Amino acid sequence: MTLTEKILAKKAGRPEVKPGEFVLVDVDLGFANDLTGPPAIKEFEKYGDKVFAPEKVALIPDHFTPCKDIDSAGLVRILREFSRKQNISRFYEIGRMGVEHALLPEEGLILPGTIVIGADSHTCTHGALGAFATGVGSTDLAFFLLTGKAWFRVPETIAVEFSGKLPEWVGGKDLILYLISKTGVDGARYKAFEFIGPVISGLPVDDRFSMCNMTIEAGAKNGIIAPDRITMDYLRHVNPDWVNSHPDFTLNPDPGVIYSKKIEIDVSKLEPFVAAPDLPSNGYPVSQLSDVKLDQVLIGSCTNGRISDLKIAAGILKGKKVAKNLRLIVIPATQKIWQEALDDGYLKTFVESGAAVSTPTCGPCLGGHMGVLAEGEVALSTTNRNFVGRMGHPRSKVYLSSAAVAAASAITGYITHPSSI
Amino acid sequence: MKLKGKTWKFGDNINTDLIIPARYMTAYEAAELGKHCMEDADPEFSKKIQPGDIIVAGENFGCGSSREHAVLALKGAGISAIIAKSFARIFFRNAINTGLPIIESPEAAATIKEGAEIVIDLTAGQIKNLTENQHFAIKEFPEFLTKIVENGGLLRWATKEKKEPIK
Repeated sequence: MTLTEKILAKKAGRPEVKPGEFVLVDVDLGFANDLTGPPAIKEFEKYGDKVFAPEKVALIPDHFTPCKDIDSAGLVRILREFSRKQNISRFYEIGRMGVEHALLPEEGLILPGTIVIGADSHTCTHGALGAFATGVGSTDLAFFLLTGKAWFRVPETIAVEFSGKLPEWVGGKDLILYLISKTGVDGARYKAFEFIGPVISGLPVDDRFSMCNMTIEAGAKNGIIAPDRITMDYLRHVNPDWVNSHPDFTLNPDPGVIYSKKIEIDVSKLEPFVAAPDLPSNGYPVSQLSDVKLDQVLIGSCTNGRISDLKIAAGILKGKKVAKNLRLIVIPATQKIWQEALDDGYLKTFVESGAAVSTPTCGPCLGGHMGVLAEGEVALSTTNRNFVGRMGHPRSKVYLSSAAVAAASAITGYITHPSSI
Repeated sequence: MKLKGKTWKFGDNINTDLIIPARYMTAYEAAELGKHCMEDADPEFSKKIQPGDIIVAGENFGCGSSREHAVLALKGAGISAIIAKSFARIFFRNAINTGLPIIESPEAAATIKEGAEIVIDLTAGQIKNLTENQHFAIKEFPEFLTKIVENGGLLRWATKEKKEPIK
């Protein structure tokens, strides 16, 4: 069996599962945010009054927070009151939170071999730590609140093997944008991506999160990387108790496993990659987009708002200024990352360059607040989606890139290869 | 289960930001969301829809966000079913979970034109295009999913079922 099949089989209580089969599984962690939580809660309350396993629930107000208007404040209040009523301790208050897919791993809540569901499409991020993690709707979440379970159809798995030597400035975000440019936005529809190969084995955990985060943009059900030494080192940092009680934990696909498809990518000749409007699959090497003029650059989000992204960006921006007629918005993805960026001097660098530094929020990624676009504006963003109207006006445009390309572009005002700074 | 309505055609990759822009997502009731359905594609769309109308679309319908608000917006606008060449996976499960019939039929989706009067017969497994006198067979739907849709959604089905439905 593949990694995904193994996890689903175990949690369904079966010795084996095959693609196409339906399973009902025990879920280890289920969560929602300020937009998807309230409808889930309202649906749950029609059918039950006691959450099945409150210790397995997390509620994170991250999309329209700090609350952008009265209605948004009402949504967060629903999460807050429900948490109190149901003894859900994992409600993360403003000032002590982060964007959900950066926060939950940091809290040590994402473990290999577990099933994680979130009422948010980028839940697939957590496959980076070897979990089966997938996005679901509010009704799925309500069903989980009621029963502690979820239904799934077992997906086929596409293996993507990355080999060769990673060029300078090429990281996880570039690899996933490149892959999606090859598959298209539905090339992996209903399938699991399993990332393998020597490049993956050496890839830092933040890059793994970026890669798995965007698997949904190829239509995938989930993305997953087998836990290895890098995974365990990260887990030792965020959940030492679990590592101490599972010192010999391994989870690998079966030897001789047959995948439904295998894609081989040699990274040695790759350049930083950028997705042009209006699809995440519309990718180009960065050097082909050098005459795209920008109005806004955003560095942040569950895709690339982590400390290593901020470190790279600060390294490029140090001593430099943001281009005239361009605004740079930097959003560290969690309170801890914000603190670390402050302590390491990155926030000072950003502010001195002329950037706006924000408290953690998803805000502008989905055109919510904290950097919405007007008609005709063009943005470059380290986020994960650039459909029409994604970041604001239907006639605004969004390009997607890594933090390195974003930082370099903020200096020149055009889409820029980091090596030219 | 039979559904009859007039068709509205859409292309490929109709994504959730198009179906219901995030700026409206402080609401989550179908009626309110329905007013803004497809607004960035056609500001008048929700006003043009008659209750019972059916969408016919291309590949990867509903791609993008997990927002169930997209299904609610379509229902709220009056859409009773969606026929598409293929569906994005989270939208697919949201439609099933909330009891909105969805049919994957590349042939029907390619052939049926806008403004056609059609009948979807889920029990017989057939789509009839009354305007052009065409018939399309619907590929058999997994039993587990049919049960959820017929019962009006996941939670209604779950609370009716007394024992574990899948062994």
